[in-house]
Amino acid sequence: MTLETAVAAALFFGVVAYAVLGGADFGSGFFDLTAGGSKRGAAVRTLVDRSIGPVWEANHVWLIYVLVTWWTGFPASFAAAMTTLAVPLTLALLGIVLRGASFAFRKYSETIGQARLFGAIFAVSSVLAPFFFGTVAGALASGRVPAEGHGDLWTSWLNPTSLFGGVIAVGACAFLAGTFLTADAVRTGQDRLAEQLRLRSLLVGVVTGAIVFAALVPLTVDSPTLSEGLTGRAAPLIVLSALGGAATLLLLLRRRPGPARFTAVLAASSVVSGWGLGQYPWILVDHMTIEESAGARATLQGLVVAVGLAAVVVGPALLYLFRLTQSKEWSGAGH
Amino acid sequence: MLVPDLAAQLSDMAQPVLSASAEPAGLLPARQQMALSLGWHIILACFGVAFPAIIFVMHLRGIRRDDPVALELAKRWAKVSAVLFAIGAVSGTVLSFEMGILWPGLMGTFGDVLGLPFAFEGLAFFLEAIFLGIYLYGWGRIPPKQHLFMVLPMAVTGVIGTYCVVAVNAWMNVPTGFRIVDGEITDIEPWAVLFNGHAFAQFAHMWVAAYMVAGFSIAGVYAVGMLRGRRDGHHRLGFIVPFAFATIAAVAQPFVGHLLGEGLDERQPAKLAAFELAETTTEGASPLRIGGVYIDGEVKGALDIPYLGSLIAQGSLEPVPGMDTLPAEDLPPINITHWAFQIMIGVGILLMLAVLLYWFMRWRGRDLLENRWFLRFAALGGPLAVLALEAGWIATEVGRQPWIVYDVMRTPEAVGEFTAGLWGVLGASIVLYGAMTLGAAVVLRSMARRWRAGDADLPSPYGPQTAEAAGQGAKEER
Repeated sequence: MTLETAVAAALFFGVVAYAVLGGADFGSGFFDLTAGGSKRGAAVRTLVDRSIGPVWEANHVWLIYVLVTWWTGFPASFAAAMTTLAVPLTLALLGIVLRGASFAFRKYSETIGQARLFGAIFAVSSVLAPFFFGTVAGALASGRVPAEGHGDLWTSWLNPTSLFGGVIAVGACAFLAGTFLTADAVRTGQDRLAEQLRLRSLLVGVVTGAIVFAALVPLTVDSPTLSEGLTGRAAPLIVLSALGGAATLLLLLRRRPGPARFTAVLAASSVVSGWGLGQYPWILVDHMTIEESAGARATLQGLVVAVGLAAVVVGPALLYLFRLTQSKEWSGAGH
Repeated sequence: MLVPDLAAQLSDMAQPVLSASAEPAGLLPARQQMALSLGWHIILACFGVAFPAIIFVMHLRGIRRDDPVALELAKRWAKVSAVLFAIGAVSGTVLSFEMGILWPGLMGTFGDVLGLPFAFEGLAFFLEAIFLGIYLYGWGRIPPKQHLFMVLPMAVTGVIGTYCVVAVNAWMNVPTGFRIVDGEITDIEPWAVLFNGHAFAQFAHMWVAAYMVAGFSIAGVYAVGMLRGRRDGHHRLGFIVPFAFATIAAVAQPFVGHLLGEGLDERQPAKLAAFELAETTTEGASPLRIGGVYIDGEVKGALDIPYLGSLIAQGSLEPVPGMDTLPAEDLPPINITHWAFQIMIGVGILLMLAVLLYWFMRWRGRDLLENRWFLRFAALGGPLAVLALEAGWIATEVGRQPWIVYDVMRTPEAVGEFTAGLWGVLGASIVLYGAMTLGAAVVLRSMARRWRAGDADLPSPYGPQTAEAAGQGAKEER
């Protein structure tokens, strides 16, 4: 593996981690949104507070990691993508800002009226952010970002691949979140809530799966390079993802949300990895390869040092946080 | 290292649409957009950097002395920091996006030169976010002594994060770690950027400023409480701990800032000339010019104190090089730079004198917390520290213009090809930041009100029903 590919892989690892971890946090906004009125939805919303509260900021940093590694390792492609996709990126950013701020505000709201306002903003923005990130992924993958940047501000992300990407991202995030929330509800012994979430997650899973299948044909027409990669080199990952998704549905059907979390993560991470492998060696499909876009060698080496250090320092701390949040003492009510 | 005339070669790389006189339509809105989002975020960043150490001291006192007042304060501050850090994290993300969207010329050209410090900053931010989650949600869940130390990593990552981000800004002021050969950037040394010579002094200035902003702001909240007659131990302790941090910072800051300014006549003579409002190079020592405006090449209405300008800026009686020695197209906006600089210095000195007065009087046996005028001033300490902070950033950023990378890349070369439609985005951003400020103010004030009413845990308004359900569920658990 060349140095450029290694850094690109480290960058893409961040994309996968953000898609799975950040995605699950965004996805819980979908259940918040569909939880119903303030009385009926109270249980879901409290569960969402408790399950993403301690982790969402750490999960959010994966996005920063991706941006920083991208502009440092592959500056030309970064500038090209940011200028071309300024509109969906700004809208995704708006979603991120509103989600984070209103989540914190809602938790400490005094009145139900305030909580409703902030809660609505939180839930809607949680759905919008992954949608726009999905359109960005679609734009990169379908070859709509020219190497010199400043591509079309609108058609670059208002196209079949982008729109399917956006919808699938929302669905996948919600499916992930639903599985996790169901498991959380079971762990805290809220059986009725768990049942309600389980059914909704199943529904989301089936609908998302159907959309993925529906997307296959338009994708071959709209993004030939990506399709070739997905059916060729990345095919095993796509199959793995399909199996993971099917296994998750099966496990949810059999009321085993605990193990379903792992298969859901497998499904999400392998489909995102499949996208990455499918478009390799392009960073901007059809326009710029990883190699062409790479920055100075010394900088790439520096990035390898930074990533290695992060693995040693951040990795264990992150695992500790996740272990704590999944422990029994942390599942109860409180803070 | 850089040879200035190579800059001309780099200009050839810039988009040919740019001529010296015609400014891109998107330049001004892009700059205002950056100023708004950076200026807003920097306040929250100060809390992110300095609040954890202040909380740590309070929490430590609570545990060591078994002091319930201190413990309660630490607990409340942790909740406040949860709100502040959330909006700090998202407003910081805005900047990452804007780097690419607004300044593609900078990031596309120099991304791999200036990127490494950001990578380490990201690492620090990661740790900060992780330990924030552990500390905030660890109350009552992690053994108290162990829990206390979960806030400490955040104070450390605040140092690293500040250093890394400021190192990039220092590099923009004093570019290093690359060469330009035939318009191509080569010989990139990313580590030389991370450890560039200007970074440490600029970091120290910012880090100390963060403690001033957070310390004065938090102390100010309790000063207001005392003004309203709440003179209990809770308010005294809540005032004095952050005030002690602010004191050390405010006393150190003028010296740290002075160190940073040393050699500015060599590094960025135009910035110094604007700071000092030196329209011409004086014969002999330059005066210190207080106030005044620069109109049509002349300074009007300034109060001149002889010799002092040279003594402070140069450490000698050598004159400050005037604007007449520099090409007009290399000068920053003079009045903004000058006023921002002097507001920073004036407010900084005022705050230093105020804290010195407090401790001096205390040493003489008089407690100024009994004095309403002092409390009124202390209540303004936070806003004043923020004013100095913002003025300082305006002074250094506007003072670097017209360059984005000093002497290498002009700001118009860095901006994306936007239309005037970018003003619309700026308008929307002003609404968004206004709403976030309002939201934070409403929520924080209501938290304080509920605390005063004796509510300790601040459950969410949609929570209670579920708390019962959870309690019920716990019994059902296998």
